[in-house]
Amino acid sequence: MTDAPTQQDISAEIADAHRAAAGRASRHPSRDSAPYRSSGLRHPTHELVRVDPEEIERVAPAFGHVDVDPYENDLTIQHPGEPLGERIILTGRVLDGAGRPVRNQLVEVWQANASGRYVHKRDQHPAPLDPNFTGVGRTLTDDTGAYRFVTIKPGPYPWRNHRNAWRPAHIHFSLFGNAFTERLVTQVYFPGDPLFALDPIYQSIPDQAARDRLIATYDHDLTVPEWATGYRWDIVLTGATATWREDEHGDH
Amino acid sequence: MATTEPDQARLTAPERLAHHEPPTGGPDLVQTPSQTIGPFFAFALPFDGGPFLVPPAAPHAVRLHGSVLDGAGAPVPDALLEVWQRDADGRVVAEPGSRRRDRGAFTGFGRVATEVDGTYEFRTELPGPDAHGARWALVTVFARGLLHHLFTRVYFVPGGEEEPTDVLLAQLPPERRRTLLAGPDADGAYRFDVRLQGEDETVFLDYPGPR
Repeated sequence: MTDAPTQQDISAEIADAHRAAAGRASRHPSRDSAPYRSSGLRHPTHELVRVDPEEIERVAPAFGHVDVDPYENDLTIQHPGEPLGERIILTGRVLDGAGRPVRNQLVEVWQANASGRYVHKRDQHPAPLDPNFTGVGRTLTDDTGAYRFVTIKPGPYPWRNHRNAWRPAHIHFSLFGNAFTERLVTQVYFPGDPLFALDPIYQSIPDQAARDRLIATYDHDLTVPEWATGYRWDIVLTGATATWREDEHGDH
Repeated sequence: MATTEPDQARLTAPERLAHHEPPTGGPDLVQTPSQTIGPFFAFALPFDGGPFLVPPAAPHAVRLHGSVLDGAGAPVPDALLEVWQRDADGRVVAEPGSRRRDRGAFTGFGRVATEVDGTYEFRTELPGPDAHGARWALVTVFARGLLHHLFTRVYFVPGGEEEPTDVLLAQLPPERRRTLLAGPDADGAYRFDVRLQGEDETVFLDYPGPR
């Protein structure tokens, strides 16, 4: 590992990538993002082929209460004891680009425990597992597009992208919209994390305003006295628009 | 709480679209950015029955299988694939229950993680032909190292059927078109490899609209 890149090397590459992308408004990360080493052989080099979505692509799978039990949105009650760490409430709304709620849709989350350790068998971080925390939750959005999880604030954890690489604390989210083209997998972060500037995954999004959209907001009105702090994070799924909308708003 | 219980409805896609509200006319909201699925999703996203859109023993079950490969041709052991397709009659279904296959409903949705050797396998039914006569499924690819998922389509070409053509296939040169076609192999299974990068790179899709 002596010739592994240093944080300084990676930070310089991140700055270069941001400079190269300046002026190009991008709402997503570039799939070809050199500072994130694993992207090297895993991004397409051909242009994506533009196609109008067909009927099946303009709808999404249905999920219902048969798929998700109501208690699955509480990650702190899955074991006999209480998990260690900082109990939080994480809530928000899933909306489409026109501000309409995405209703009755599946939201899945997974995360490390308070020590920064995943239950996953390939996680080798020598931090303790918590017998009372698995770190998997799911829920259905309600009629306003709202979701709500009770969980533990995850810890940061080391990885091997470069020497002394650490991921900022995050929770993974998997989301379905009203159309399959709106499918999204992403990560939510917590305000003020000192690792933001150093992280090639977070920094793979060149635009600061876009990066900010992945940071939950601390909301004292959501905080429950003597019990848990509250964070809010809204999610917008645009993807392709349904054809009938384009018919009505051809100049959209 | 949810007032629309999707269990009741086996809606056609136009009916489902009609269900959606019209735009609010409010300011356009901006897309939330993607991030990689990372290496540690296997304890969270795959589920029992995920690969089985139909029971493997069903007489009409077909095997859709292949490998996910990176730009060096190496297997990708930490990818997640999802399929989303019409039923055998060509209908777009709106049945819940993908996570509870024991109900027996065909939901059109499947999910599977690749194995350590980069292979995957679904059991599904051949999607009925669409208006262009093509039988295809939307395939979504997630992986560690992939910062934003990729969409592609697998076109099933059963023995004795002609190669399909549609708007997408028609715009591709033959060598690229080939990456989307899956015919039955010796075992009657449909093989569809996903090559993330390189010479035989799979055709990946981009839909119009705000990205």
